[in-house]
Amino acid sequence: MEEKQTYWSENLRLIFISLVIWFVVSFGFGLLLVEPLNEIRIGGYKLGFWFAQQGSIYTFVGLVFWYTKKMNDLDKKYNVEES
Amino acid sequence: MDELKLYTYIAVFGSFAVYFGIAWWARAGSTSDFYVAGGGVTPLQNGMAIGADWMSAASFISMAGMISFLGYGGSVFLMGWTGGYVLLAMLLAPYLRKHGKFTVPEFIFDRYYSKTARVVAVVCLIIASLTYIIGQMKGVGVAFSRFLEVDYDLGLYIGMFVVWVYAVLGGMKGITYTQIAQYVVLIFAYTIPAVFISLQLTGNPIPQLGLGSTLADGSGVYLLDKLDLVVTELGFKEYTTDNMGGSVNMFAYTLSLMIGTAGLPHVIMRFFTVPSVKAARQSAGYALVFIALLYTVAPAVGAMARLNLMNTIEPVAGQNLEYAERPQWFKDWEKTGLLQYEDKNGDGKIQYTADKATNEMVKVDRDIMVLANPAIANLPNWVIALVAAGGLAAALSTAAGLLLAISSSISHDLMKGILTPDMSEKDELLAGRVVMTISVMVAGWLGLNPPGFAAGTVALAFGLAASSIFPALMMGIFAKKMSGTAAVWGMCSGIGVTMLYVFQHKGFMFIPGTSFLGDMGPNWFFGISPNAFGAVGAVVNFAVAFAMLKVTGPAPAHIQQMVENFRTPHGGVSAAHDH
Repeated sequence: MEEKQTYWSENLRLIFISLVIWFVVSFGFGLLLVEPLNEIRIGGYKLGFWFAQQGSIYTFVGLVFWYTKKMNDLDKKYNVEES
Repeated sequence: MDELKLYTYIAVFGSFAVYFGIAWWARAGSTSDFYVAGGGVTPLQNGMAIGADWMSAASFISMAGMISFLGYGGSVFLMGWTGGYVLLAMLLAPYLRKHGKFTVPEFIFDRYYSKTARVVAVVCLIIASLTYIIGQMKGVGVAFSRFLEVDYDLGLYIGMFVVWVYAVLGGMKGITYTQIAQYVVLIFAYTIPAVFISLQLTGNPIPQLGLGSTLADGSGVYLLDKLDLVVTELGFKEYTTDNMGGSVNMFAYTLSLMIGTAGLPHVIMRFFTVPSVKAARQSAGYALVFIALLYTVAPAVGAMARLNLMNTIEPVAGQNLEYAERPQWFKDWEKTGLLQYEDKNGDGKIQYTADKATNEMVKVDRDIMVLANPAIANLPNWVIALVAAGGLAAALSTAAGLLLAISSSISHDLMKGILTPDMSEKDELLAGRVVMTISVMVAGWLGLNPPGFAAGTVALAFGLAASSIFPALMMGIFAKKMSGTAAVWGMCSGIGVTMLYVFQHKGFMFIPGTSFLGDMGPNWFFGISPNAFGAVGAVVNFAVAFAMLKVTGPAPAHIQQMVENFRTPHGGVSAAHDH
């Protein structure tokens, strides 16, 4: 029972970290901070615009794979894998 | 028959033949096959199927067109419709899979031990799914009438028949494997023209890079800078900074689309088809990769189509195109009424400006941008034929997923779950097929007689998913003590607030003239448009549910134990196929 609780709180920590990144790249860089970031350019892209239409999506993909990997490790660590 | 028509027939009917073949091969023999494809779909297959399920006629045909005219403002669709998968992968999919049932309302019933909750979920699901189907059916009709020059009605009947065959025969199993084929068709159909166009304009074959490159005309000017310049000269807002309705609205809109995406039942139920919790997490990742392939190309398609359109009308600044010399695609789309020209100053040339008084492009329908794009860029005929097959694949795959969501919620939740619980499995399977047939007919009828409010109801579909289903599922997993009564209060308040807001701005039941506040910016709550209100509804849902929890007291111990069980992959496994 005790172990189950720590497994769950470690999972919650991973979710929290992921959602912070999720928020920062989309709502942060893509929307709220778009104007200052647009001062910076990569090629023809204004950086804020790039995050809103490209960068946030790439980050989302990376995040889901990172979370999946971390959870698989966690399942092993607490020995709660499916049989 | 000309070459284009021949190629189009080959592409469209060739792809249909493949779908039929798969349907016959993947016939459903049990309710488990019918609802969750026997629970044996691999993560990679499921990822592709989710991609096709999710990417509808709206994603394929309309989205790039919307971005084309909204510029930066169109980002809400790009972030909203992909960011929702992050929420799905972490907050919902693994736990729903672990619980191991067939439908979303069934999970809600188990978790909240309440038939009322189940019925509320079924009603939301049916309204959200039906409003979606109308769009798909219209997409099928339009694609047929434009590319094969058959009647809109006949095109729709053919589309209905194709979906009916593989959805009724194969249920979720047939739908899953056809969706995989449809994903392949639609992604090629979308990216190949984009690669050609990017190459033409920038010399870079990868559209995602081409959008950030310099133009290939030797000027050394970046494509996006050129586009900003061209549109602002004609009085439009700057492409890369035009923020649709201000940043509060964009924020709420993006959030609503994200949680609405995560709450749409036809997507969630695809996660019941994989064999394990691990596979559920993985398939969310694959799904997002397959979706991102199209969603990162879309902004390039939008920007390049806009630039091509502008360059066609005004090849050199100040020298507008003579109407008599307009290209063939221009004439083709004029026939459909989606493109209209009116020579206001009588000079025989085409002026396209932001000023309504002098603008002569009276109508440029956003939906034509993707479909006309290959022709605008002078691409070969086989590419245009491929786009037709891709648009149909996108519409049919989404329609099939939605039909299954509707029929399973009626045959499994309403009939087996509440009205006739002693029904045998064989009868339930038959009921599922009968309900599916009726749903196809209702969807077809709605496609033939689209209600006047069809456009407004998309807001309602996402609003309902965001304000009712997503919060209910999330609290069910993360708030162990949440009680059934409190959750029902939350769901009803969330829906109530959202519906009230949509109706008061768009008219009660979308009937024109019954809105008590006009649909205009100054009347909007903090400037949030009705389409963006689902996020506020979700907040209300959470707040009411937690307040009511204080009144009702926590959920019973055995329910809390059940929540503990589906939080870990191991133990008490109830795989969907042992159901």
